[in-house]
Amino acid sequence: MRLDSLPWWLGPTFATTTVIALVGAPALRLISEAGALPWLTLVQDPWLLRVLRFSLAQAALSTVLALAMAIPVATALHHERCFPGRHVLTTLFGLSLVLPSIAAVFGLIAVWGSAGWINQLLDAAGLSLRVPVLYGLFGILLAHVFFNAPLITRVLLQALDDIPHTEWRLAAQLGLPASTRFWQLEWPVIARHLPGLASLVFTLCFTSFAVVLALGGGPRATTLEVAIYQALRFDFDLPLAVALAMVQLSVCLALTLTGGLFGKGNDTGLGLAGDDVQHNHWPQWHPHNGRTSHHRWMDRLLIAGMIALVVPPIVALMVSGFNARLLSVLTDSTTLAALANTVIAALAAASLALILALCLLSGVRHLHVRLRLARTGNVLQMIGNAILILPPVVLGTGLFLLLRNHVNVFALALLLVILVNALMGLPFALRLLSGPVLDGAVARDRLANSIGMPRWTRWRHVDLPLLRRPIAQASAIAATLAAGDLGAIALFGSERMQTLPLLLHTRLGSHRLDEAAATASLLIATCLIIYLIIVRVVGGSTRPTS
Amino acid sequence: MTLLTRPLPLAASTLVLLATSVGAHAETRRLTIYTYESFVAEWGPGPAIEKAFEATCDDCDIEFVALDSSAGILNRVQLEGDSSDADVVLGLDTNLMAIAEDTGLLAPSGVDTSGLTLPIEWASDTFVPYDYGYFAFVYDTEKLDTPPASLAELVADPDGPKIILQDPRSSTPGLGFLLWMKYVFGDEAKERWADLQPRILATTKGWSEAYFSMFLNEEAPLVLSYSTSPAYHIEVDGTERYQAAAFEEGHYLQVEVAARLAASDEPELAAEFLAFLVSPQAQASIPLGNVMYPVADLGDALPDAFSRLIEPNETLLFDPAEVRDQRKAWVDEWLEASTR
Repeated sequence: MRLDSLPWWLGPTFATTTVIALVGAPALRLISEAGALPWLTLVQDPWLLRVLRFSLAQAALSTVLALAMAIPVATALHHERCFPGRHVLTTLFGLSLVLPSIAAVFGLIAVWGSAGWINQLLDAAGLSLRVPVLYGLFGILLAHVFFNAPLITRVLLQALDDIPHTEWRLAAQLGLPASTRFWQLEWPVIARHLPGLASLVFTLCFTSFAVVLALGGGPRATTLEVAIYQALRFDFDLPLAVALAMVQLSVCLALTLTGGLFGKGNDTGLGLAGDDVQHNHWPQWHPHNGRTSHHRWMDRLLIAGMIALVVPPIVALMVSGFNARLLSVLTDSTTLAALANTVIAALAAASLALILALCLLSGVRHLHVRLRLARTGNVLQMIGNAILILPPVVLGTGLFLLLRNHVNVFALALLLVILVNALMGLPFALRLLSGPVLDGAVARDRLANSIGMPRWTRWRHVDLPLLRRPIAQASAIAATLAAGDLGAIALFGSERMQTLPLLLHTRLGSHRLDEAAATASLLIATCLIIYLIIVRVVGGSTRPTS
Repeated sequence: MTLLTRPLPLAASTLVLLATSVGAHAETRRLTIYTYESFVAEWGPGPAIEKAFEATCDDCDIEFVALDSSAGILNRVQLEGDSSDADVVLGLDTNLMAIAEDTGLLAPSGVDTSGLTLPIEWASDTFVPYDYGYFAFVYDTEKLDTPPASLAELVADPDGPKIILQDPRSSTPGLGFLLWMKYVFGDEAKERWADLQPRILATTKGWSEAYFSMFLNEEAPLVLSYSTSPAYHIEVDGTERYQAAAFEEGHYLQVEVAARLAASDEPELAAEFLAFLVSPQAQASIPLGNVMYPVADLGDALPDAFSRLIEPNETLLFDPAEVRDQRKAWVDEWLEASTR
């Protein structure tokens, strides 16, 4: 077959070159521009310091609050294995990573905003009590806890469920009380995951863009990401944008390095690996069955608290779209153009992310299996995670500086949005695909070689059936993330090129809440449909036989 | 000779034909103009001006690009730099002139502005003023009997009827209102902005959204617009329902300007267009198209409604250089007061 005549390094080289060019060139451009800046005055600039301080403080607070909420709830959910809706709830927890943040912000405003559900309830109850103003630190923290507490809960719940039965049996035989069981059995498992989770959540909150753009943005509540965007799109202050981007880049680099240090050896799973949460009853002998009613009620209360945080905004998101403006929004030409752009960007970004991931992994596999160069293989895989150091707005700023003297950047908006989002989806694709590509690769390779199977036949009959579902999962997630992204489009969008997240942000910004509600519902529906179609069509309906 | 020349006519005519068809493409001169939405709307002045201008020149084609806000025009050409498609920017105003001039992206207009009728002296040779007006709150008389009589009254009544504003970072009316507040309240402007917060229903990116999407849809009874806005409703809709509220402190002036870009590949056509823009022929589209005062004396052609508008008892205006130096600080003041 023709495929066999192609050298093994072609795909990986293509992918590595693409990623290095797309990440490295803008980064180098930023660094070279930054060299010319008066850093001595900049590091003393009170405004820049205030932005940096706020970025770090809100991320730290968000992390602490999210962990403080997630740890007890995960433990409670681990104890309460069987109640109606538990399955739906844990699935919802896994979704928070792919839920478009600007849509979630809309849900939060509908519930917690000044005219939101909670204030309406308080009003109806005749209370003069009011929810604090959402815009500013309170809203940012609320949104970050809303996003991250479920994510942490899910990872911890899986970890707690993995505690071997033998340990519980021993605890039952010794008749250990609940508190001792917690400190001896549950806490060590939680503690092992904490550094990795904390560093992940801190990074997510530190680089959070849509939430801060929609709920903060004033001089008191601006993060570096939003300040970069504002320096470019409102003030055209290129030196300031470069300075902010460099600060952001340095902090992210430091976070990645320390995160790698802390997070070594534990896989946070990101709550993406399908639904592997257990829902069956604990066995009869299990100590969790013998909890006092006091403990049981405590657990139920904790779970109810989490439900109260997570569920109402999602319900608001789904129901408030059905209002008087729905039809006019859905038939509006701006909305339809934005819908088309969103779908194109999502599918193109996902395809590119998938191609890059598969090319990189084929190289990793070859290095592992044939050349026994596992370490080189790991480096290759790490290249795909480059975007984690370079948040989309920073990458966008670099691309912008690189291109602006040569082409009209706004005419290339769609292409740039696709490239940035493909790179953003790449770490997820790599994470989901690396297991299926590499696990058992040595044995399969030996077998395929021993019967002299051609490469194409091997791909068609051995690799593809194994990879089909992970490929579907990876591309569905990459596509959904791209469809909901506001970062790249906020930088490059214009009257010629809008996507649904940008349109939703504009409509939220001008307080046209009915139109925003309809747009948010459309965005959610689009993400959901893209996700389901990819999972069904690419993944096929049957499980592979392996 | 004869042998050689005989086939020539055919070849020559083919060549000529080819050359003219190629030449025709090269000769279609395209002028790209960045402006704001309402200028190019169906009922705005854009379509009529485009048609009239294209009739004056051979093979020229105007392409209006409508950006979502007026101050966004400046930001866009700055972001695009020398690779911008724009030949002309249309829709900046007096407040942004010094900032725009400092970018070095603009070229002298070559238009004689001495004969124009303006409420102020015109000194710039880069910017061509094409209309002017006074910022004012327009109110819906069916929703509101007595509008506030002054800026101070508006600000002092937090529970009063809701107002719709525009963002000073993206919209020239938004920036105009920010300056109006600063002009009237000076160092206290920040506190007055804080006082005003409860009354603000929405702050939109551009004027069109505020006026059409929200105010005319009855979402609030007051909107930041111009003293001239009622003229459109009187002349075109035949209704006196929408009126401008006269404020005791006086009204802030806006002169809207156009300029050509230094990097334009059609500099002459751009200059021709700018000259045409202030001609009586183009200016005739301004009063009811852009709903502003024209800069050319239209005589009887000025619609009657323009004589029935409020007259500001004082014209307020900052020096463009002062706006350039203070804008960031004043916008930050507004941001801080409005996100508190």
